[in-house]
Amino acid sequence: MRSFRPALLAGAVLLTAACGNIQPWVKPYERDRLADPIMAWDRDAISTEYMDHIRETREGSRGATGSAGGGCGCN
Amino acid sequence: MAPVHRSLGRIAVVAALLLVRATCADVLPDDRADLFYSKYSGGGMDITGESVLVRKKFTEDFALEASYFVDKVSGASIDVLSQASQIKDERKQKSGTAEYVHDKTTYALSFINSVERDYKSDTTSFSLKQDMFGDLTTLTMGYAHTDDTVGENNGTAFVPVIAWLGHAQSQSYNVGLSQILTKNWISGLNVNVITDNGYLANPYRSYRYLDPTNAKGYSLASQVYPDTRTSTAIQAQVKYYLPYRAAVSGSYRYFTDTWGIVGNTYELDYTHPIRNIWILEGRVRFYKQNSANFYSDLYNFAGEYNFLARDQDLAAGENTTIGAKVTYAFLPNGWKMFKRATATFDVSRISFHYLDFRNIKYYGVPQYLPGTEPLYEFNATVYQVYMSMFF
Repeated sequence: MRSFRPALLAGAVLLTAACGNIQPWVKPYERDRLADPIMAWDRDAISTEYMDHIRETREGSRGATGSAGGGCGCN
Repeated sequence: MAPVHRSLGRIAVVAALLLVRATCADVLPDDRADLFYSKYSGGGMDITGESVLVRKKFTEDFALEASYFVDKVSGASIDVLSQASQIKDERKQKSGTAEYVHDKTTYALSFINSVERDYKSDTTSFSLKQDMFGDLTTLTMGYAHTDDTVGENNGTAFVPVIAWLGHAQSQSYNVGLSQILTKNWISGLNVNVITDNGYLANPYRSYRYLDPTNAKGYSLASQVYPDTRTSTAIQAQVKYYLPYRAAVSGSYRYFTDTWGIVGNTYELDYTHPIRNIWILEGRVRFYKQNSANFYSDLYNFAGEYNFLARDQDLAAGENTTIGAKVTYAFLPNGWKMFKRATATFDVSRISFHYLDFRNIKYYGVPQYLPGTEPLYEFNATVYQVYMSMFF
């Protein structure tokens, strides 16, 4: 149990920090590169869906190919 | 700088401004219309697809999207050559999505209907996307419910006689997290759990068993699948803006399911714009899986186990994709209602190699003893041509 104490303390600090007001370390005006179309996870959804369909009908694996979009709302 | 050169640059500036605005509220993507054509050739199959997609914002916080897709299948796959007649089929898919934004949350409700003469599928899905922590983090959650009706054509390609075999249902749960790491780095993590139940087999594929009474040494019979399946897929991805204007991305997906399949997918992409007119993209993808635990290329006798499958999707195998994509931006000053447009050509070459699925299609006489035939492999080429107009 003793060895878990640092981990518990670190977890408590993180949880406490999560309740605070987190300051974004990349400011909105610093996101011009992330806003460039070449940085989009998926520029052409119609093409991505088509390729996913091709693969899912030929492979045993499926799912989790969709991206969550940009963290800045630029998806 | 000529006006045409400025088009993509302007997009980046506008997008950056939208990002600044996004610190106050989320925004919906641009209105757009896409015309899409595709062709898949490989493994004896030719599949052409045509699609149209339209997306329109009616207010700043509400948008509708509709798409219509038709693909036509012809040819004869290895399954068909080993037992049945030529395939000729058509699939029509309609979809509609409504999106609503409130503050930093985007809600989406979708419906997809897909119809073939021997297969019907309806999917309803709901998702929400939440920006948080100074818009450095985006959380996405989604749920989809699918109802399928599975049939089999016992007639011919031209005079079909459809026997409806059963229903299948699936529930899909998805959670995604996208995180800005630095001014140049973005990362993402997606987890997707899917559960199925009902008729899950492919009625056009058969299992194979040793049969001394048959001149070929084997016979084929209808597959028997479990009627439930649960799968989990986890994908991690990163994208990096290089010191010059280009981006490189990488992703890894781990897949596992209750049928014993474990799959690993690796992908690398490189995107390189030229003079704000062209965007060039190259990608490499590698996929490998083991076989389902009830799969066998050759059973010892009919009905050897409770579940019997010889579907190549369930066989151990690997495939490698090499792809290239070129996007051309035009109409930088707009035309009528359109603000700008792009045309894209995309080609992929996929090489499939199976590790325990044998090629039995050429052997009418027992040239090989059953189970000693060459392993199956084939190459496929996928072409996509599409035009996107933004308004």
